Amino acid sequence: MQIARETLLRSYRAMRTIRMFEERLHVEFATGEIPGFVHLYCGEEASAVGVCANLTDNDTIASTHRGHGHCIAKGVGVAGMMAEIYGRSTGVCRGKGGSMHIADLACGMLGANGIVGGGPPLICGAALSHKTLRDGGVAVAFYGDGASNEGSTLESLNLASVWNLPAVFVVEDNGYGEATAASYACAGTQQARAAGFGMPYLECDGSDYFAVHQASGEAIAHARAGKGPVMLHVHLARWYGHFEGDAMTYRAADEVTNARRDHDCLKLFRTRVTQAGLFEDSELDEVDAAVADEIEAAVVQAKDDPLPQSADLLADVYVRY
Amino acid sequence: MSKKSFRQAINEALRQEMRRDPTVILMGEDVAGGRGGSAGIKDAWGGVLGVTKGLLEEFGDTRVLDTPITEASYIGAAAGAAVTGLRPVAELMFVDFVGCCLDQIMNQAAKFRYMFGGKARTPLVIRAMFGAGFNAAAQHSQALYPLFTHIPGLKVVIPSSPYEAKGLLISAIRDDDPVIFLENKVMYDEEEDVPDEPYAIPFGEANLTREGRDVTIVAFGRMVGLANQAADRLEKKGISCTVIDPRTTSPLDRDTILECVADTGRLVIVDESSPRCNMATDIAALVAEEAFDTLRAPIRRVVPPHTPVPFATVLETLYLPSVDRIEAAVTATMAHRVVEKV
Repeated sequence: MQIARETLLRSYRAMRTIRMFEERLHVEFATGEIPGFVHLYCGEEASAVGVCANLTDNDTIASTHRGHGHCIAKGVGVAGMMAEIYGRSTGVCRGKGGSMHIADLACGMLGANGIVGGGPPLICGAALSHKTLRDGGVAVAFYGDGASNEGSTLESLNLASVWNLPAVFVVEDNGYGEATAASYACAGTQQARAAGFGMPYLECDGSDYFAVHQASGEAIAHARAGKGPVMLHVHLARWYGHFEGDAMTYRAADEVTNARRDHDCLKLFRTRVTQAGLFEDSELDEVDAAVADEIEAAVVQAKDDPLPQSADLLADVYVRY
Repeated sequence: MSKKSFRQAINEALRQEMRRDPTVILMGEDVAGGRGGSAGIKDAWGGVLGVTKGLLEEFGDTRVLDTPITEASYIGAAAGAAVTGLRPVAELMFVDFVGCCLDQIMNQAAKFRYMFGGKARTPLVIRAMFGAGFNAAAQHSQALYPLFTHIPGLKVVIPSSPYEAKGLLISAIRDDDPVIFLENKVMYDEEEDVPDEPYAIPFGEANLTREGRDVTIVAFGRMVGLANQAADRLEKKGISCTVIDPRTTSPLDRDTILECVADTGRLVIVDESSPRCNMATDIAALVAEEAFDTLRAPIRRVVPPHTPVPFATVLETLYLPSVDRIEAAVTATMAHRVVEKV
């Protein structure tokens, strides 16, 4: 499938933004200035961006506790995200959600989610809204190999098939649920699970933007056409620990090194588009520089932004009470 | 105006709101029933106790959705649909089943608005039946409203009569926050005059079902009827009671409770939920904190023992608050004499 040059450039920028956002957080978290838990998406960028390149603002996604990448890919502003992670009142959730709960309903982002398996049921509901309101939208649940074992996820696969919902279930399989390997914790295969619920199954290499774009494009088109839900199994590697501060004692010394060397989605993307003569290295370098400036500005701004006020503690529990 | 049962009043509220607003949809286990069965019957049950009967016929299967028996997925789906443009009414059947889907209520729907910085609206109603008195035993008889009341972000409604059920359910459906609407299953056949036209009863405004001078009784749901029966008996003995039906435990009409206690100086709370951390303890704490000086006797609670709900009729009867127990509690509080400290 031919991908428009504009889409490629936007996708490259989104992947680079995620990478730099996360690597900067890795550095800033170590200083102790960022409160709470942070789960980084580095290494998995092509999955969020490849899928979301096939979505519009009218479509809906739900994410995981490793949600920064999905937010950026769906169009949530980096400045508001950074301010949120720093717990500032200018944050996209006014400092009340933090890293694990960044949401922006205006761009169809139903939220990162602190609960493993929290998203798939919500996506059944979003898909039901799209179907009932006949707005042509599709709802996409991103969830990990860990969440793929949750009852809520398995129930959602069933419900989506029973109701023939315009939903796509993207299993981001990075090989680990926290510190336990998927090879231990996931019985059978994702493919067999999809078949068990009567839905088509696709899989792809998550370090290959083009593969993700192609496979998710098919899945989303299938769902959008009213043919029912699809499972997309994306094979990935995460470059950092489950959360920041995780020493990853459970992974062999060369596992991450090899992933960084051989499966860096940004390097692979650059090689492919420059060799194909679609972009000059210099054009992509310009993107890198612009993103670096944007991240730097976001961090500086977030550190300088106001903290929530005491009155904010009681605000917005209800619409009306 | 005509006589309607608790069941009919709820059905009518659903029907009228679904007519008014096309985004109101219904989902749950066997809310219609019969789908795919060999008899080819549609709307076989209309809910396990027939509360939603007939709605499929009028609104069709795009708005009356039978679900598999998978509470986590469909309650979560109702929450997801609520933040994306629909106004779902999900039926959890027995409230005891909340154990299968509490995450979707507690961590998802209840928290969206606050956690997302005030940007989410979650117009979701979860209907469920509750309460003992049906020999339904430990897993189908609990009165779990304190569990929901404990969770910020939820509103909790307990109608005490057919009239109340219709007006409160209409308010629940029109509300933009997640509402837990709890129907005492023993009441479905109770009848009273209910207006035919739609009407909304606001949340957080208690109803005084009678006003008296000696003792304030606060009761919830079916207990309101029992409290009034006890008050009838006490009236004949010269003891005059105020009976408050708070209607909603969240929001709670604290002011009305405090005002009535200030008038009577005595308080009895009737609550059929488990006695620890229930509404009776909550209201006792409120009054102890805010109205201590107005009390002329210790607060009394008429509550079940701290046990699961038993099956056998003799035990279940012992378990539940009764007219006799309410009468005894009121009599005891009247007998209390404040001794002046020397």
